Amino acid sequence: MSGPVAQVHDHAAAGHGDHGHGGSHGHGETAAHGTRKGYVVGFLLSVVLTAIPFWLVMGKVIDRPAVTGAVLLGFAAVQIVVHMVYFLHMNAKSEGGWSLLALIFTIVLVVIALSGSLWVMYHLNENMMPSMPDMRNMP
Amino acid sequence: MSEVVEMSPSTRYYLTEEHHPENGTLLGFWLYLMSDCLVFACLFAMYAVLGRSYAGGPTGAELFDLPTVALNTALLLLSSITYGFAMMEMQDNRLRGTVIWLVITGLFGAGFIGIELREFAHLIHEGAGPQRSAFLSSFFTLVSTHGLHVTFGIIWLITLLVQLGKHGLSGANRRRLMCLSMFWHFLDVVWIGVFTFVYLMAVLP
Repeated sequence: MSGPVAQVHDHAAAGHGDHGHGGSHGHGETAAHGTRKGYVVGFLLSVVLTAIPFWLVMGKVIDRPAVTGAVLLGFAAVQIVVHMVYFLHMNAKSEGGWSLLALIFTIVLVVIALSGSLWVMYHLNENMMPSMPDMRNMP
Repeated sequence: MSEVVEMSPSTRYYLTEEHHPENGTLLGFWLYLMSDCLVFACLFAMYAVLGRSYAGGPTGAELFDLPTVALNTALLLLSSITYGFAMMEMQDNRLRGTVIWLVITGLFGAGFIGIELREFAHLIHEGAGPQRSAFLSSFFTLVSTHGLHVTFGIIWLITLLVQLGKHGLSGANRRRLMCLSMFWHFLDVVWIGVFTFVYLMAVLP
């Protein structure tokens, strides 16, 4: 798929306002959705990547919950990438690279929001525990 | 490519005119989805912080019925691939096929919403409503925000079916279908986070 897509975007970059290159615009529309085979491959991968986590939890396959949790997050991350590639057709070329740039920026913000919240709130929780040294006597 | 070559010159001119604004729309819609992603990130962060604050009430392990969640996940995943098939039909300029796959997608989406609402009603009936604990407040906020998105996706889909009935696969309708496609697949991505982080991990001891 990447071949025709790259070609289209070269056209789009080079040929603004140029109406003389007929067929390539038809490709411009198809560039956004990919192929039937791509959807089926993405779907099958998603089914596997969904079934395994449910099986791990419902079948209680791994004894240690921390390990199961880490494995679940790993599967979710892989499945999100599968969806991005096969269903949302993300690649470095779409919209001249701007959609990937926006995605990377968003991921950075999401990581800061999630890890920051957990970090700050964890420490708040620790320090506000009733078992802490008696707070009533503090200044 | 071939269908464009076979088109009359006037049609080709129309498509050419449609092309550039369409790219702008798709990028703009992608930026909207990214901002929506931040909304969900905040809700996930809230759930991550509050998800184990049960206030003496029921825990996720006691409340969640994983087979129902698996069924819901399957419905949403199926609706994703049926929407993909609708886009393929659109690419091949087959209006009838596009409409049929879109209707199937909408039915899967409606089934998802129906099951989710039943689950919510069941939880509230058991006294595990959003006001019971911080865990349940954050659970209801996160999951129902996703459900609300799916609901509006279905409304959008019905609107587009009416548009398709009136104007066929026009350039504007193709652009709208592509935006809804991104929206629909994006909601499936968010659901991956929900079923993993909210349901499966809450059931772990």
